[in-house]
Amino acid sequence: MKKRQNVTIKGTKGGLVLQLDDNCSYEELKKELDQKLSANQLSKEDRHLIPVRVDVGNRYITEDQREELKNLIRQKKNLVVEEIESNVITIDEALRLKQETEVITVSRIVRSGQVLRVPGDLLLIGDVNPGGTVIAGGNIFIMGVLKGIAHAGCFGNEKAVIAASSMKPSQLRIAEQINRAPDEVEKKENREMECAYIDENQQIIIDRLQALIHLRPSLTRLEGGH
Amino acid sequence: MGEAIVITSGKGGVGKTTTSANIGTALALQGKKVCLVDTDIGLRNLDVVMGLENRIIYDLVDVIEKRCKTHQALVKDKRFDGLLYLLPAAQTVDKSAVNAEQMKELIEELKQDYDYVIIDCPAGIEQGYKNAVSGADKAIVVTTPEVSAVRDADRIIGLLEKEKHMEPPKLIVNRIRNHMMKSGDMLDLDEITQHLSIELIGIVADDEEVIRASNHGEPIALNPNSKASIAYRNIARRILGESIPLQSLENQNQGVFSKLKKFFGVR
Repeated sequence: MKKRQNVTIKGTKGGLVLQLDDNCSYEELKKELDQKLSANQLSKEDRHLIPVRVDVGNRYITEDQREELKNLIRQKKNLVVEEIESNVITIDEALRLKQETEVITVSRIVRSGQVLRVPGDLLLIGDVNPGGTVIAGGNIFIMGVLKGIAHAGCFGNEKAVIAASSMKPSQLRIAEQINRAPDEVEKKENREMECAYIDENQQIIIDRLQALIHLRPSLTRLEGGH
Repeated sequence: MGEAIVITSGKGGVGKTTTSANIGTALALQGKKVCLVDTDIGLRNLDVVMGLENRIIYDLVDVIEKRCKTHQALVKDKRFDGLLYLLPAAQTVDKSAVNAEQMKELIEELKQDYDYVIIDCPAGIEQGYKNAVSGADKAIVVTTPEVSAVRDADRIIGLLEKEKHMEPPKLIVNRIRNHMMKSGDMLDLDEITQHLSIELIGIVADDEEVIRASNHGEPIALNPNSKASIAYRNIARRILGESIPLQSLENQNQGVFSKLKKFFGVR
């Protein structure tokens, strides 16, 4: 009986799809891939670059192996690896992804001298008092009064935003940018439901909350629906 | 078994010692057995405010270092028939002479014999503060209507909330000058309570009588005619569990009384 093929090549409208079996050994896979691609002669005149998607199924491939596969395929004629898809990631990676995208809800008052730090987005139900600090790797949403310091995108994410029901910060920081409160306090200005973001001039801008709908559509995480 | 209440503020000079003395006095007036503990080692003055300075023989550090029995160091207040005692702080050493564990033991011991142990906390958030808080079951934070005092109170409340053995702290706003609050030169009560968002247990008006009384070594709470005295007595009764409305700040200027009613009607 003929052995099941480890490498299956499919042609689609968008280019080639290489389906790699996930039960054989990696070495075996590499060997067969090499053979298949060498044997499968495409007309030499065809100068078009052909995009290739590699599907490794339920196999975990390391960063090195990823490079190796890319090089292997690239060496063959006019193939360009578009992406390598795997159904598998490590637990560490999964946890990191989860932390980065998770909205962490905290219900308390961040008082003077306290620092609240989260890796992802922060939803704070309560106030940040003067002298208090909230720091997030992602966005910061405060359902209370922000009177202290808020630092969004602390790992360098300039797309991060800060929103608060009442915006009276002593300082705002997004990624590397810092913006402090004006020295002269405006007369009873309505500082409600506002957001802060970095504009194209690398300035922190405070605007009404609704501005974010157009500026940061990626804030919407809901998929589907109406 | 009584309960231990620490009186603290973070900032100095807002009236912790005066408040401790007067709450202690007012509780004793209500017939409770009270022990005042001055933990401001090196800068003691609760004994002066209580007028008990020249009766001190041993102090808190003597007790902790077992140079005397606890009851030997307690100074009895003659004005109350065995209801009010003071454990004075030492004057010759500093706050590092005592640690939190020893303090906790001492307060536990005192709680056996007294209904209320009132602990006067030193200013700051260092060793002295940690000692004072270690044995307490409850905390009262004293602040004045000034931004700096409120800021420090906020810091202290944050620290107190981390103490798992304690109930949420309560707030006293001291030295209220009504005319300044109304003109907006001082933070108003609503602003303070909203900012700190803890339960308000009492307000005390700024009263010259308080200074006069403490200079004479007689807590103002003994004088039934002063506004501040009534305020402290009310606080004591609230500690005992009674529900008493906040005192109006405006007895003197009756004209604007209705305005004030509106102000306190919300509570």
